[in-house]
Amino acid sequence: MPELIEKLSFYLDFPFVRYAIIVGVLVSLCSSLLGVTLVLKRYSYIGDGLSHVAFGALSIAAVLKITNNMLLILPVTVAVAVLLLCTGKNARIKGDAAIAMVSVGALAIGYLLMNVFSTSANISGDVCTTLFGSTSILTLRVEEVYLCVALSIAVLAVFILFYHKIFAITFDENFAQATGVNTTIFNLLIAVIVAVIIVLAMNLVGALLVSALVVFPSLSAMRVFKSFFAVTVASAIISVVCSLIGIVVAILAGTPVGSTIVAADIVAFGLFYSISLIRDKRV
Amino acid sequence: MNSEDIQKKNLSQNSQRKPWSESDRATELTAHTSLLKCRQLTLGYGSKDLVRDLDYDINAGDYLCIVGRNGSGKTTFLRGIAGLLKPKSGVIELCDGLSRNQIGYLPQMTIVQKDFPASVEEIVLSAFQGKHRLLPFYRKAHRDCAMECMALTRTESLAKSCFRELSGGQKQRVLLARALCAAERLLLLDEPVTGLDPESTETMYRIIEELHQKGMTVVMVTHDVDTALDDATRVLDFNKISTKEK
Repeated sequence: MPELIEKLSFYLDFPFVRYAIIVGVLVSLCSSLLGVTLVLKRYSYIGDGLSHVAFGALSIAAVLKITNNMLLILPVTVAVAVLLLCTGKNARIKGDAAIAMVSVGALAIGYLLMNVFSTSANISGDVCTTLFGSTSILTLRVEEVYLCVALSIAVLAVFILFYHKIFAITFDENFAQATGVNTTIFNLLIAVIVAVIIVLAMNLVGALLVSALVVFPSLSAMRVFKSFFAVTVASAIISVVCSLIGIVVAILAGTPVGSTIVAADIVAFGLFYSISLIRDKRV
Repeated sequence: MNSEDIQKKNLSQNSQRKPWSESDRATELTAHTSLLKCRQLTLGYGSKDLVRDLDYDINAGDYLCIVGRNGSGKTTFLRGIAGLLKPKSGVIELCDGLSRNQIGYLPQMTIVQKDFPASVEEIVLSAFQGKHRLLPFYRKAHRDCAMECMALTRTESLAKSCFRELSGGQKQRVLLARALCAAERLLLLDEPVTGLDPESTETMYRIIEELHQKGMTVVMVTHDVDTALDDATRVLDFNKISTKEK
């Protein structure tokens, strides 16, 4: 045990480890907050869909040799998020089917582009890194950390300010609209925030595992807690704790960061599920 | 006359009044004050029109029941009034200074709501979101009003309970309390007793009738023609409208 702590403090001396922890905590906090709304609105898989879109945009950026690829990834992902979340009930192709289409389509086109126009010698390595985010969180630059902190603060501020509106729309969009809430604007706002969070989260766990950050903490919290407020707060805490544990374990054991975080989330879900089972039996 | 005055007057007059009688209170007090006017209204989805060229007024103090068979356009009409469905042609005009955020709405329950992790209090309070552009915190006045509405719908003891653990009747009463918080002048109810047992149905109707007695204008879509004829002051029968047109 003492050598583990020594090893940890040794690693903590490196700035890139500290960056990883800061970004990890912020991203998991934001994604878990919005995750509650997304899961309840039956959009659990949107994280996956949008992250594949971001992957597609990333490969286009790579082909076009755009150095600051965020400039392309963020607008494209936001546009698709708006398309998916805001057309809502009136769309010809509905929720899950639309997400599936966009998700698979973007993944295929992205991989195709990377393959055809590749400049790198190790394509499958590149793709694997983007999808699973195996090292990218450990190679963050200072500017990226600042960007991440700024966006997270913006997301948190919007969430806290409009928390009750988001609740009203999540619980009953028709009622909210009929009683004078401008649901179009708030759906747009939610879509934009979701897109921003997913692009941020891609750095952390990679495109494939973004869904896990969105879904697991909120589902764990929903097992046990009975009010929306408690579920939201618990989901944020679970997510942050799991990410911290995941990052630390990944550093100490040398495992991939993203997968380790998700593993921690799965363990937490199992724990909360058991708690709910035990409680229901006793009552 | 200011609409609040009308409501207050209704409230005070009705506190002594026995159950609603033939001397129509609506006509006495607020006669011919239309809250909502439909002119040449056509509503529908896609290429299908469910309501065609309808002219209809809803007056303050009405207890209007909308009846008709499935697919006759009852719910479509209510969604139109609630502002959820844009008219294909014609207009729905809110009159007498009525605005959207003075309307309460009880939609049919969705699958999402049935297992939603939220407390009853949170749900009822969410009714106030339409009244303010920005409302990050609820004030005491909001909480008091919510408690009052929960008392009227006999749900005050459930305030801290979890919505998904309530019975069907309780859920429906909670949603009625929320509609009531939002409703300052007009209450729209979409099949409020669907799926309820006879006892809960009876309670629900009694509560709605009480609200009407206190001066609320009620518009209710229902399959229950008997109750419609018993309690309602007006009935709009969509079967007749469509047969007339055919």
